[in-house]
Order: sequence, then C-alpha cells, then structure tokens
Amino acid sequence: SNFIIKQWYQRRVAITAGGFYTGGSIVCDLNCEKIHYIADNIYCCGAGTAADTEFTTRMVSSKMELLKLRTGREGRVISALRMLKQYLFRYQGYISAALVLGGVDVTGPALYTVYPHGSTDKLPYVTMGSGSLAAMSVFEDRYKLNMEEEEAKALVCDAIKAGIINDLGSGSNVDITVIRKGEVEVFRPYQVVCQKSQRQGDYTFPRGTTVVTNTTEMVPFSALQVTDEEVMEL
Amino acid sequence: AVVSTQSGHYGRGKDEGTTVSPKKHTMQPIVTGTSVLGIRTKEGVVIAADTLGSYGSLARFRDIQRLMKVNDSTIIGGFGDYADFQFLMKLLRQQTIDDEVVGDGVYRDAPAIHNWLRCVLYNRRTKFNPLWNTIVVAGKNYGGEPYLGYVDKIGVAFEEKTVATGFGSYIALPMMRKAMDENPDMGVEEAKAVLKRCLRVLFYRDCRSLNRFQIGVVSAGETSISEPMSADTDWSIGANPSGYE
Repeated sequence: SNFIIKQWYQRRVAITAGGFYTGGSIVCDLNCEKIHYIADNIYCCGAGTAADTEFTTRMVSSKMELLKLRTGREGRVISALRMLKQYLFRYQGYISAALVLGGVDVTGPALYTVYPHGSTDKLPYVTMGSGSLAAMSVFEDRYKLNMEEEEAKALVCDAIKAGIINDLGSGSNVDITVIRKGEVEVFRPYQVVCQKSQRQGDYTFPRGTTVVTNTTEMVPFSALQVTDEEVMEL
Repeated sequence: AVVSTQSGHYGRGKDEGTTVSPKKHTMQPIVTGTSVLGIRTKEGVVIAADTLGSYGSLARFRDIQRLMKVNDSTIIGGFGDYADFQFLMKLLRQQTIDDEVVGDGVYRDAPAIHNWLRCVLYNRRTKFNPLWNTIVVAGKNYGGEPYLGYVDKIGVAFEEKTVATGFGSYIALPMMRKAMDENPDMGVEEAKAVLKRCLRVLFYRDCRSLNRFQIGVVSAGETSISEPMSADTDWSIGANPSGYE
C-alpha cells in the first residue's frame, strides 16, 4: 500500500505521491514511480495494489492514445475517468486500484478520484491510500481557493510528508508533478524526507582474520583422465 | 450473596438458594464518545474533547461531559463507551473523597491515576470483560511537572507529548506532532489554538463528531475545564457546483 494526493489550484493541478511500495510489512521498492503517465496532459497517481494501479493506468493510457489518434484532438480528463471507472466497476472492486486522476485539458484543470469499486469524486483536493487521513488533515487545515503555485506545492508536499512521517504504510520521498496548460513539470524528488543513513564503520574482515590450518591442491580439470566407455543399449 | 458465574445455572441440591446473575461481558460499546486530544507543553497540559454521545450513527446526546476533573492535579478525558466512562468517573470520585477523608494532605497525582487506570483496565481486559474506553490522563506530578498519559481498553499505557484517541490519532495527531516539532516551547495558549484547529478538522472529517467541545487545562496556576465552545468552520468549497464527474 502507498498513498498519493492531489490538489487543484489556480488553473493547474499538482499531484504528489510518496515513493514507497510495500509487500506486507516489507518495503519492496524504496523509490518507485507512483505518478503514472496517462497522456501528455493527464497524469494519474495510484494507491492500493501496485500491479493493479500500474496495469490499469497503462491500459487507459493506451486507450487514450488510440482515442487521440481517432479524434485528432488532445484527450480530456473525463475520458480517462470514464474509462477507468467503467473498467474498475466491471471488476467489482477486485482490482484494488485507488486512483487520483488529474490534468489540464480544453475545459480547464480537472481533478478526480476513482475508487476500486468504480465510484468517482470531483473535488478541489483529494487524498487516497493508507496515509490519506494524515494528508487530508493538512489539506483541511490549510487549503484555500486560488492559491499560488509555490504555496500549493508546499501544501501538497507537507500533506505527503504528514503521511510519510505518521503512517507506517508510507515512506521515503515526495514526488510532485505540476500540470499546466501546455506543459508538465516533474519534480522527482521534490523533497527527500527519509534517507538511508550511511554505514558507521567498515565491517569487512581484514585478510588473515581466519587462520589457515591446512591447504590442499585442487586438481585441475585437464589433469583428469578421460576414459572411453560404451553403455549397453536397451 | 453468593453469586454463580454460570448463566442459566439454577442450582438445586447444595446450591439451593444461590442467586444467579448473568455473565457480563462488554461486547460492544453503546453510547460512545469520539476523539480526545492532548498536548503537553512546558507550561502545562491541554486536553480537549467534544460534547457528543453518539448512539451508533445517531447524534443522541449533544451535551455530555467527556472531560472530568479528578482533583487539582488531574483531568481525564474518555473515549469509547460512555457508561463505562461514567463507571470509572464514579470510582475515581469516590477515591478522591476517600483520600480527602484520610486528612493527611496526600492526594493522587496524574501518574498515580494513570497507573491506577492502567491496572484497572488491564485487569478487566484479562477477565474478557473490558471497560470499552481509551482514557487520556492530563495533569501534573507531585513535582508540578506536566504529565500526559494514555490508557487503552486493552491496558496499553504510555506517556507522551501529544496524545489522541480514535479518529484523532489519524487526523489530529499528525497536526499536533508537526506543531510540537516546529514549536517545542509552545505555551498553553498556543496549544489550545492547535487543539482548536485539530477539532475543526475532526469535525470536517469524523462522522461521529460535533462542533461543540471543551478544553481542559492543567498548569501551575489552574486546573479547569472550559465551558463548551465551537470552532469556526468553512464549508465554502462545497458551494461550487460539483457532482462526481
């Protein structure tokens, strides 16, 4: 499990994600990519089962590209939303993908959440995953309409950090992707929160630590005698 | 009276005349209180809880006291089953009276009450008949130093700078911890402001909460529980036409 959040501010969308993937209580990947590409102007964060989020977003990304070729137009966020929700609903929640979808299209900036059972929300700020309550508390405390970009990035980073620090299922760094009309800016990492510390000492054993009591010559392969043998046929 | 612990055991023979009482095991909380929050500062301890007693999803009793002043050194806050909390309050009140009656000036300080609660709650848990509460103990020790403790229905007990129960531990605790990290020399007034912010966010996000709460303070000068108050809330983002797509 892992978690992501997103926020819509001033005609842009900033999405962030913590960089952790866990398998049970073991961290599998310390710095994975949780912000998935759907289209040039649409990105999706995935919480839940990593394989589900990865393959679902890839599938929708592929369908969006085909749609773009068919229509000759830049894709819209609601198209990706429809594809995601209709797909996930069909699987009745068995595909455990909790997604935060965001982008900027001809209609303006858009931010949605998609739940594993297929329901969607349209909100100015959203969080998903195990750290979502910690992150949501930061948003509820400090979100304002029409924030500046730097203020929004700081808020979104603080929200992810709240999850990284307080939730056991989240960790490592904060990645941010800012989607503006016509361009996307990726900060990977935006902030390094947890870093593996340096080893304090050299733990290698010096040569000669183990006392050599006896040596035997290894027989080289070439010194072996090769004998021809015939095996009786059955 | 001799009490049989077997339900339905209407004894004949040598047990004739025994009164029978039913097995009592708290299986689920009925009227419940939601989060209790606490911050320990160098000046004193601040503790907060709303005044709601929920009956499942019904906001049934909207003016209950979930903070209780035990004595001049301690205030406790109860989360969970309100009947069990009232039982504990009754025991603590009686204990305070008994202490005063002895007349030697010795009273129980916050760590002592925390420890007593831990023993009681753990003992009940071991008998599979828990008091379905999480209690936050806010106060000062005999030396006057601020003390903030937490005891659970399963007997988990610890002392910390910031403490929260229930939903508060997911939503308010990150905010409280951040505030303490940024400002370790916080005073009581700043702590009250932090708690009010947390209670507002809890009202936004906890279904079983109410925007009416009390804040208790134990510091060198005062040990008191405030009158009920409310936080300003901003629902303006809900005004934008939205929907789900």
